Formats: sequence, C-alpha cells, structure tokens
Amino acid sequence: MRYLPLTDTDRAEMLDVIGASTIDDLFVDVPEAARLDGPIEGLPLHASEMAVERHMRRLSKKNLAAADAPFFLGAGAYRHHVPASVDHIIQRGEFLTAYTPYQPEIAQGTLQMLFEFQTQVARLYGCAVANASMYDGSTACWEAVAMAGRVTKKKRVVLSGALHPHYAEVVRTMAKFTEDEIAGAAPALQAQPDNDGLITRIDEQTSCVVVQYPDILGRLPDVAKIADAAHEKGALLIVVNTEPVALGAIKSPGELGADIVVGEGQSIGVGLNFGGPYLGLFAVRDQKHVRQMPGRLCGETTDAEGKRGFVLTLSTREQHIRREKATSNICTNSGLCALAFSVHMTLLGEKGLRALAAENHRLTCLAADRLAKVPGVTVLNDTFFNEFTILVDGDARGIVRELAEDGVLAGVALSRLFPDKEDIARGILVAVTETTSEDDIDALCSALKEKLA
Amino acid sequence: MNAPNQSGWKPSAPVSHDGAHEGPETVTGNRALMLEEPLIFEIATPDTTGVDLPQPADDISSRLGGLKRDQAIGLPGLSEPETVRHYTRLSRQNYAIDLGLFPLGSCTMKHNPRLNEKVARMPGFADVHPLQPVDTVRGALEVMNELAHWLITLTGMHGVAMSPKAGAHGELCGILCIRAALEARGDARKVVLVPESAHGTNPATAAFAGYEVEDIPATKDGRVDLEALKARLGPDVAGVMITNPNTCGLFERDMKAISDAVHEAGGFVYCDGANFNAIVGKVRPGDLGVDAMHINLHKTFSTPHGGGGPGSGPVVLSEALSPFAPLPYTARTKDGQVHLIEEEGANAFSNEHFGGSMQSFGRMTAFHGQMGMFTRALTYILSHGADGLKQVAEDAVLNANYVLRACEDVLFAPFADSGPCMHEALFGDKNFGGDLTTLDLAKGMIDEGYHPMTMYFPLVVHGAMLIEPTETESKAALDQFIMALRSVASRAKDGDESLKQSPYYAPRRRLDETQAARKPLLSWIDGDTA
Repeated sequence: MRYLPLTDTDRAEMLDVIGASTIDDLFVDVPEAARLDGPIEGLPLHASEMAVERHMRRLSKKNLAAADAPFFLGAGAYRHHVPASVDHIIQRGEFLTAYTPYQPEIAQGTLQMLFEFQTQVARLYGCAVANASMYDGSTACWEAVAMAGRVTKKKRVVLSGALHPHYAEVVRTMAKFTEDEIAGAAPALQAQPDNDGLITRIDEQTSCVVVQYPDILGRLPDVAKIADAAHEKGALLIVVNTEPVALGAIKSPGELGADIVVGEGQSIGVGLNFGGPYLGLFAVRDQKHVRQMPGRLCGETTDAEGKRGFVLTLSTREQHIRREKATSNICTNSGLCALAFSVHMTLLGEKGLRALAAENHRLTCLAADRLAKVPGVTVLNDTFFNEFTILVDGDARGIVRELAEDGVLAGVALSRLFPDKEDIARGILVAVTETTSEDDIDALCSALKEKLA
Repeated sequence: MNAPNQSGWKPSAPVSHDGAHEGPETVTGNRALMLEEPLIFEIATPDTTGVDLPQPADDISSRLGGLKRDQAIGLPGLSEPETVRHYTRLSRQNYAIDLGLFPLGSCTMKHNPRLNEKVARMPGFADVHPLQPVDTVRGALEVMNELAHWLITLTGMHGVAMSPKAGAHGELCGILCIRAALEARGDARKVVLVPESAHGTNPATAAFAGYEVEDIPATKDGRVDLEALKARLGPDVAGVMITNPNTCGLFERDMKAISDAVHEAGGFVYCDGANFNAIVGKVRPGDLGVDAMHINLHKTFSTPHGGGGPGSGPVVLSEALSPFAPLPYTARTKDGQVHLIEEEGANAFSNEHFGGSMQSFGRMTAFHGQMGMFTRALTYILSHGADGLKQVAEDAVLNANYVLRACEDVLFAPFADSGPCMHEALFGDKNFGGDLTTLDLAKGMIDEGYHPMTMYFPLVVHGAMLIEPTETESKAALDQFIMALRSVASRAKDGDESLKQSPYYAPRRRLDETQAARKPLLSWIDGDTA
C-alpha cells in the first residue's frame, strides 16, 4: 500500500519492542464481540493510483463544467478567472500540509498571511477588524446574528426578504435552537428593494437587521438609510455580501454604516467547487466589538529578540479555552481558502480589483441590454452590479433545464431558491463576470429567443 | 514494561547556547536561506497589479444607483513574480507534514496524497456550480453518494448528513439531530453530559444548541466512570458526547454499556469521531450503540489541513436520528439514480421512496457541503480500500504504542500501566526538573526539527503532551523522532534551564502572546491608504 511505509519486518520488530505478540494485542480494549476479523464486507479492496484516477475521471466527465458552456449562474457563487499562480502557491506543501498555527515560531508563514488577509478583508469591507475566516458566507451570517444578540442582549432578528434564502434558512434553523425570534418577509419581484418595508419592521426589541448588498435579485439596497433606522432603535446592522468583486465598484458596507459585515469570499481565488469549500468573511466596523467576534484572530507582536512576529490572539473567546462559554464552537475554518483569496487579492491590488469590477459591470450592462431586447424577456432591476433578474413568459425552471440540455447554463431559476413562492416562478437570476464573452451573451439571447418564440 | 532505546541514542551534555556558533549580524536580517519577508503593505503599491484587465472607460453607463465607490480601498498590489516570491518566502517559515513528522495528538496529521489534489482539480468537480440543473452534475452527486456509502458502511450506521463544513459543524449537526428527535416526541430535555477530557468544541457545541453542559467524571484509568454516569442519567438528560477512542488515547471499553444506559434513560449518544483513525476498519461505532458521529475527512481521510482548514465533517446517524438530518442530502433510489434532496419536495420524496416522512431540522449551510473534500476523501478511500483502511488503523496504533514504550522511561506516562494506547500516546510533566514545563519541552522539540505534540490537552493530565504519529511515518522516522524526544525529555528531567529560551533556531524566538492580547493589532495601519 503506497501510503504506508511500515514493512512486515518493521511491524514484527516494533511489536517485539512493545512486548505484544500480534497487532490484536493492541486492540484488547475493543470488546471482542465488536472487533472485525477481516476487511469489512461489501467494500472494494485497495486500488492503484491509475485505477482510482480512472474511476474519478469517469465521474468527473458526467458533469458539465462551467468552462464548457455559456455560463450565467450566480446566486451566491460566482465564476471568476483565478490566476495560475494562486493554485501553485496553495499547493506548496508548507501551506497545504500545515496545521492551524498554534506554534507561532514555526508557523509565521501562515500567520503573516492571515494578518495580511485580515487587513485586506477589513479594508474591502470598510471595517476595522476582520477575522481569520469562517466556513462560508451562510455560516458567517448566522454567527453575525448570534454575535448581535450577545452585543445588544436582544432576541429579535429582522431579515431582509432579499437575503439569500439559503442564508435565511441557516439563520432560521439555528434560531429554532437559540430561541431567537426571526422576522422575515417574502421577497417581492420589483425593480427596487423595499427599503421602507424593511425599516418599518425594526423595533426596540430588534437585535439586528440583516441586509444583503447587492441583494439576492441583484439589486442595490439603500444600506445607509437602513443603517440609520437600525441604529435609531438600538439595533446593529449586519450587511451580507456574496460577491466581493462588487466592492471594487460600489461603496463599502462599513462606509454606509454597517456594524458587522459578513460574506462569501469564494469569488476571489477559490473557485466554484460545487458549493464548497468556500470562504466565510467576517468583519466589524468598530474595534470595540472585537471581543464578541467568533473565530480566530491573528495579531502582531514581537519575539524575545524584539523581531516582529504574529500569533493567534484573543483566544479566550474561543472554544479550546472557554469551552461552553465560547463565542462560537468553530475550530477549523477555511485557512487555505483564505490563502487563495489573499494571493489573488494581492495579484489584483487596488488597480486590478477596480478594473475587474468595472469589466464585470460593463459586460453585465451589455447582457441586460441585449436580453431586454429578446421578446418575452423583461429585465426587472433598476440597479445591479454583475447579476440581475429577468422575467420570462413561461416556466423559468423548465426553460433553464431545457437550455442546459442544449448546452447553455442560463442562470438560476428563482423557483429553485424559493420553491414555495409561485409568483416568482417566472424569474431567472443571471450573473455575468469577466469570464463571460460577448458570444456567450449572444448564445443566451438566441437560446431564450428560440424557447420563448 | 520497559522498552529498550531503539535508536541507541545516549544522552550527551546539553548543547551550549552561548552564541559560540553564531556569525556576524547581516544587514538584511536574513541568514542565508532563512529569509525575512516584509508585509505586502510595505512592498506593494496601489498602482501595481499582477493581472491584465482592460482599463475601465471613464464614461461607462452605470447601473450602480448612486453607490459608485468614490474612496480608495487601500489594497496593495504586486506583479506575478513579486507575488510568487512573497508567498514562497512566507511558506518557508512554516512547518508542515511534507517536511517532517507532525505529532499533534487528536489532529491526525497524516500524509496528504497528491492524487487527491489532482482529482479535486478535475474540471468536472472544481468548475461546477452548486445550483446547476441536476442533470448536468450527476457525477458530482455520485461522488457524494459513493462517499456516503463508504462512511455509512465503515461506521455501521444508517444514514449520513454530508453538508457540515468541519468537525465542530458536524458536532452541531449531530446535537441538533438529537434535539430535533427529542422535540418530535415532545421531550424537552435540558442537559448534555460531556467528559472533562473532551475537545473544547463539545461543550461549546452543546451550549450553542441551547443545552446546559455537565461534566461526566472519569475513572483513574482515564475512561468514563460508567457507574457515575448511570447515576446522573435521568429524564432531563438529552444525551452524552463521548470521544472514542478518547483524548487520553484510550478506547472506552464500556462504550456499549454506556450507550445502553443512555438509551434506557431516553437519551442519545453522540460520539466525537476526531479519533476515528485508530479504529477505522477494526470496529464499527454503530455496533457500540452510537447515534451520531462526525467524521473529520481532514483527519482520518487525509484531506489537507491547509494551515487551519477547510475541513469537512459529515455526520453518520443511527436509524432513530436519520429522519432529522439537515438538507440538502443525496439519496439513491432503487433504479440506481442518485437524487439531490433540497427543501423542495423533500417530504414527497421521502414518502415515495422510503415510506416515511422527512423531519429535517433545517439547513446548516448555503450549499451541499465540502465537495472539494469529498472528492479528495473518496480518492483516498478507494486507494486504500477496505483492507488498506484496516491496515491504516493497525499501523497508526502500532506507531503510537511504539512511541509510548520507547519513551515511558524518560517521560511520565499516566496510563501506560493499564495497557496499550490506541493511536496516540499521552505523557505528563510530572518528572520535569527545576521549573521547566511542557511548553519548554515543546519549544525544545522545535529546535530538534519537529512540530511539537499537542500540549496541555487533555486537561485531565497535568502538563499533558499528546503524541499521534499516524500510520504514514516509517520506522526510521519514528526512531529519529524518539531519539529527539528522549533527548529533550532528559534535558527537561535534568532541569536544563536552556530549554526555557528555546526555540533558538526557528524563524522566530518565543513570541509575546500577552502583548498581542493586551493591545491587539489585528490589521495593518499605515498613513498612506487614502
């Protein structure tokens, strides 16, 4: 077996040193009745690297890769070009096969990277402090809600109807167990987000208001106005961002008054991966909230010779120290995805991120204008960044499915996201990035034209 | 039993650290291949970029509704050569499994096969969107289902929730399944029992799920005190969280009796599967009465730790808990087709194919789980097969016992007399001379070229040192590690004060953690970000 270095001679010698006659002498504490004699039945035996690769390739070929079709899916996961050097760096064994940096003297590589990552995220979000990552955007969103409860000591959570429904479902699921009260609303298919409707639901018992920016339909809510309304009632504003590239073109949530900013970082460096692993981002605008944050934090310090170095810090918030009084139970987070994000962001820099955002927006405007000309298609949004909603004359879900059969991945049918809301069965969420060519846009337009004719 | 010193190593005088070997200071601060590296904020400029993108036109029609960014972000940029060099230099300041033995107890730092990495990057897995129409992702669903089948079979359980993102997320999933099952029968229990030796995530998880946490007492030989546990069980106890093998590296001999007692009292048994590597293919937790157990794919099934994640924590479930599993999940029907079950139609599907209603407690994450880890773990599992996985457990346990017996004469081994350990060897600081501590020994191991063992955990042993060599170490590698550990342990025993300043040879000397916590600097601040 290629991953096991011990030879039978080694094993015999080692048993001898231990003073055991067979390997089963070392398993004596396992009750004999439960011990298995041979390999578990019904499962295949070991296989060569070549055989395994062949099997996995066969499974991989049964999927339609995004690069092989005009591709327009978004809704919380976006396809972007990731420079080749990103994947090269995350495959360096010193990063790939390292553990959480609990021994800082021999983990400065990971720690300095995390410090740089935290700074990049904080600046992107317009915040003072970001943590060293969460699992993904949806779990970061719940952690933010839980944190707001700790800060405000209130239990009522107001969710925007245009929050990603899977994020809302994660919050609702967790709140069932923490007895938080969730006030949600159905999304309405209209050109503008219902800022005022959301504001009227904020009251004195509200711990936090959760707004997605850009929202699930691609629209841009009036975050500053909602922030003022939340703060007036003593509530925190949590802004959720699922497309970090957008923040190269639009004002940061922190600048608009968000108290906690969370999001999905997958767009930068990580890739689609059929939904995971992704990268949860978590930041607070004001450093005073830092001790209520979940997750790991990396901080600067000095070593015994006075040299600058980095360590994990404020760990008295965390489970391995505080146990049942911890701010979260999170342990392993998304370290390697944070590295991918940080490398990609360093390659982009200020200039590159802004150019990337501009290119995304330019192509998206172009796609919206061309789609608007297709008979039977209406573009819903007044505002958007790189994603917008179209309404089609027909069953959107069926159309998306049929277009996929024709080799066009047209977008996400809203009924996939909101299965119980019949009024939005006509909607399709269309995302456009720098990876989308004008030919792709034309392919989508003509495919829709044909279906709707 | 006393083991001979396999390596033939003999203690010598402590190494002198008076600087005799040190050369002149360098102007760069570098020392040959040990290179200092500034922060990106100190070397980059806002105008540099390592990507080629069209420059935006000034007059693009904007649909940003007055929210166009008008302030600088403050992001530093580097060209590609500068970027590659920056991160390559940083990488060299890290210890890693690729560099040497990584004996962190309860963390299972085994070799990460590179075929896993190759497979995970196949476009059909890496470049697929989670919301593509199901007919375009049949292969991805088959991966999930094939892995699920292995996990269920290896553990002897009934079902598996694949979506949890890491071990602690899996724990939460398991506890929420228990809570949902209790609530479904109108049973509002309040307490979860957790042994003192448990990972911190266990009590944190139970508290996060709304439970009060109480300790389970341990016996002198490092295991759950069955009689004390039985005495505490009652109508207020929702369940127990037990790690097996436990964090003392010992198998809970009474596991079946514990499960039976908990079930009899109407509760459920959660097993922390962090240490599954010791028993994979040797015993099925399902045969011991476990109701839920998370599996760290990044431990037992070799997906890389990546400097702190991503992990993956599928949860195997008993028949009693399976109906409460979170959405989404995959299921294979009699026709051989693998389905993805999301909120829509979950009940109808369950009724049609499984003759019962689904009572999922909800959703734990936006999408389907850690696909990138599923492909890696399945690749690893298929490589080993049922026979290889059994050998994995045996070699892991053999290696740990070898370390235990080769060092028990120089390090205090609290449970060594009670029999063999499982996959990890536990030592304490009882024999140390002077005021030397476990931390000093750990930092001494760094100078010998090793990542230290897990320190001060489990809490039940003073100055605990938990060593898990894993099965991917050769005998020669173990002998060298033992030689180093025996040397540093002897120095600790002799009260060698020079250990207090170790490490001497790492990229950094001991770092001031108190200063870091007192005045937290968590973000780079410069004067020119505007």
